[in-house]
Amino acid sequence: MKKYVCSICGYVYDPAKGDPDGGIAKGTAFEDLPADWVCPVCSASKDEFAPE
Amino acid sequence: MQNVYSAVKITENVYWVGAIDWGIRDFHGYTTPAGSTYNAYLIMADDVTLIDTVKAPFKDEMLSRIRSVIDPTKIKYIISNHAEMDHSGCLAEVIDLIKPDKVFASAIGVKTLKELYHDHHEIIAVKDGETLSLGNMNLTFMETRMIHWPDSMFTYLAEEELLFSQDAFGMHLATLERFDDELSQHTLEYEAATYYANIVLPYSAIVLKTLEKVAATGWKIKIIAPDHGPIWRKNLGWIIELYKKWAAQKPVNKAVVLYATMWHSTEKMACAISESLAEAGVKTSLLSMNHFHRSQAAYEVLEAGALVVGTSTLNNNILPQMADTMTYLKGLKPANLIGAAFGSFGWSGEGVRDLEAILKEMKVEIAASALSIRNAPNKGALEMCQELGKTIAAELKNKLASS
Repeated sequence: MKKYVCSICGYVYDPAKGDPDGGIAKGTAFEDLPADWVCPVCSASKDEFAPE
Repeated sequence: MQNVYSAVKITENVYWVGAIDWGIRDFHGYTTPAGSTYNAYLIMADDVTLIDTVKAPFKDEMLSRIRSVIDPTKIKYIISNHAEMDHSGCLAEVIDLIKPDKVFASAIGVKTLKELYHDHHEIIAVKDGETLSLGNMNLTFMETRMIHWPDSMFTYLAEEELLFSQDAFGMHLATLERFDDELSQHTLEYEAATYYANIVLPYSAIVLKTLEKVAATGWKIKIIAPDHGPIWRKNLGWIIELYKKWAAQKPVNKAVVLYATMWHSTEKMACAISESLAEAGVKTSLLSMNHFHRSQAAYEVLEAGALVVGTSTLNNNILPQMADTMTYLKGLKPANLIGAAFGSFGWSGEGVRDLEAILKEMKVEIAASALSIRNAPNKGALEMCQELGKTIAAELKNKLASS
């Protein structure tokens, strides 16, 4: 599964780690994140992310 | 006309050429009773370089300070470490006046400056880790995204062992003293903490990573030159340790009680809770948001373990002073807090429930049931307030023991 990077703040979404604070379990692919998921660092929306 | 503004020499080849804003009191919602400075720096290298500019109305003050050292048209490069308007507001005008060869910013800085000023000037993007030769000296750039804007970057001048840190390590303090060792430690700590709480706190996790990133470069740093407030030349280790402490957000044995009141009933409850917390050995700060400003609340919460909040119910809602405070605090993302809500009401009492909901949204761990009292608290109600204080104190003690 691919890592995705936030174009605003540089945060990297790693599917292996998920986003525990945002309620996203380990092993969740970026594509499977809910549409309203936001960057845990700068709160940018999903469409601000690009594959790393 | 006589020029009253002079540059201040920082090192052999670097000068402070910023501006002092004695009158500013509102920084996008952060009250700055001591004013501020907008720091810009002139590097007298073979290729003369200006680091950052100042807020638009202060352009002439900056240019006067530059003129006390050199004709501003001799400046070859301008570096924009931070695109926010207090450091870039006069950038386009300054470019027109001094016609530098090149202007640099981070990649996001270039984009942000374009979107702010819709200006025709070319700004060149520098990469993280990239260096720029000034002839006899060298600059290295480091992206510091989200400290505190996406565009933010540090610039390091190796030959002078000087780090230009833009807003990091800054403070809003208008003074004629330019260096940390000319100010009292108390003033430095209070103003730096207030600045951290109101500006940097939401990005604490990134602060820790950035401090590690700077340490890993092996840069020797003798001076930290921020974009606001004094230049650090003595207490560098101290301020870096304070940043580590504030960023870690470890809970401490301190409670902050914030409230707003209509006819003093919620106030009586707040006093009973605070006295009880203090009696149980918890350092307690009590702030009436009818009188205090939200930025003071942010300062108090920076180093705390418990946040207890109270409101009357007004028109089925929380009081506007508490809505203001809670909106502001929520955005600052203080971490690792326990808390509770309380307040008095006349007939419907939604305020306390709504306040508790905000605490939960802030990820404050609810340590005691919300306490809602109809009209003025009687003896029994005040005893319940004292109990709430005791419960919070006990929960905080448990939390500190296990952390």
